[in-house]
Amino acid sequence: MENRQELLNSVQMARFVARGSLRLDAVVPAEMNAEGLAVLAGGVPPVPYGTPLSDAYAKGSFVRRLLELPQVAGALRSMVGPEPWVDHHFVHTREPHGGAAQALHGDAIIDVRPDAFDVQLMYYPQTVTLEMGGTLSVPGSHLRRINESDTGRYQNLRGQDRLVCPAGTVVLLHHGIWHGGRRNDSDILRYMFKIRFNPRVRQRRLWDTSDLHDPQVAAELDAMFPWYEGATGRLERYNRILLWRELTGDDGFDLDHWVTRVSNRPKETVA
Amino acid sequence: MPPASADTGDGPAAPVLRQQVLVLYLASSALDSHVVGWSRYDGTGRTSPTTGDSDEPPYESGVAALQDGWRLFQAAQLIPPYPGHEYDVSFLKHEFFFERVVDVRAQIGS
Repeated sequence: MENRQELLNSVQMARFVARGSLRLDAVVPAEMNAEGLAVLAGGVPPVPYGTPLSDAYAKGSFVRRLLELPQVAGALRSMVGPEPWVDHHFVHTREPHGGAAQALHGDAIIDVRPDAFDVQLMYYPQTVTLEMGGTLSVPGSHLRRINESDTGRYQNLRGQDRLVCPAGTVVLLHHGIWHGGRRNDSDILRYMFKIRFNPRVRQRRLWDTSDLHDPQVAAELDAMFPWYEGATGRLERYNRILLWRELTGDDGFDLDHWVTRVSNRPKETVA
Repeated sequence: MPPASADTGDGPAAPVLRQQVLVLYLASSALDSHVVGWSRYDGTGRTSPTTGDSDEPPYESGVAALQDGWRLFQAAQLIPPYPGHEYDVSFLKHEFFFERVVDVRAQIGS
């Protein structure tokens, strides 16, 4: 029997499609965070690339229980569907007063899939302060076609998200989002556990779509971010519309006529 | 680290010049459009700017950097999209490189 899952609604999915991330603050209970810190400190043995989720982590294990939390399980199900592959996982640490910030990058290699995406889960077992060098991410960067750290030249972008969060926070990221671990200027070793998931079903209407026509859906998809150049910001919306069409199967969906206008090529002739 | 003084004791010391670089990403190809991103590199070694070290841009526009003494030495070319890739989004387009040349004999903070 499947565990309880709290699916995302359409407004939350639209926000994810626009921002490239979904944050679940303090979704992991305190006693699990204490356990999680010890588990991460000891290391989590790797699993082979492409292991089905139900085979990746033993029943009752910490990671399995983390992924069975109703909000986490529901968000994952909404994004990648049932039984995704575990691509890989990794325990990331930022040493106190050590090292440098990571260059801004996208994980893996350039990924141009217009109709599918991977999700990266990031779990923070500790409270993360600004000084601890929480993950930097750039809202709305996930549809940009760049390869890994070719964006390393960019140090700061207006409206960037320097993660500060309570213990037990889980962030789910579209695979393409620009991000990087910031320099840890505190006395505390900072942990983050990341798991990448590959979908195994078509990512179409996997969430609770009962609010699909809520006006807030379009409002979320129409979001602009402070680092966007004016002209390219319009293209961002164009690309989001295409992704929303893929996720919903609604080929007529549009915002302010952006896609309709430039794909309008009537064939009828005047009688 | 700043190099040792170039003062040889044979007269006025020659300046020891190092380049500081500021990269501004602007909202359009106009130099007076507003800043959307920024990076700094310091050839004096006195500061260590890095990824994600600030949420506030050093200037509001490219012209504001000029007014503060930065010298523009490179601006991104305007390159039309390749056919078939007109809607692709990728790197920031409007990149401007500025420099300031600093005499590192001067006291830090002066």
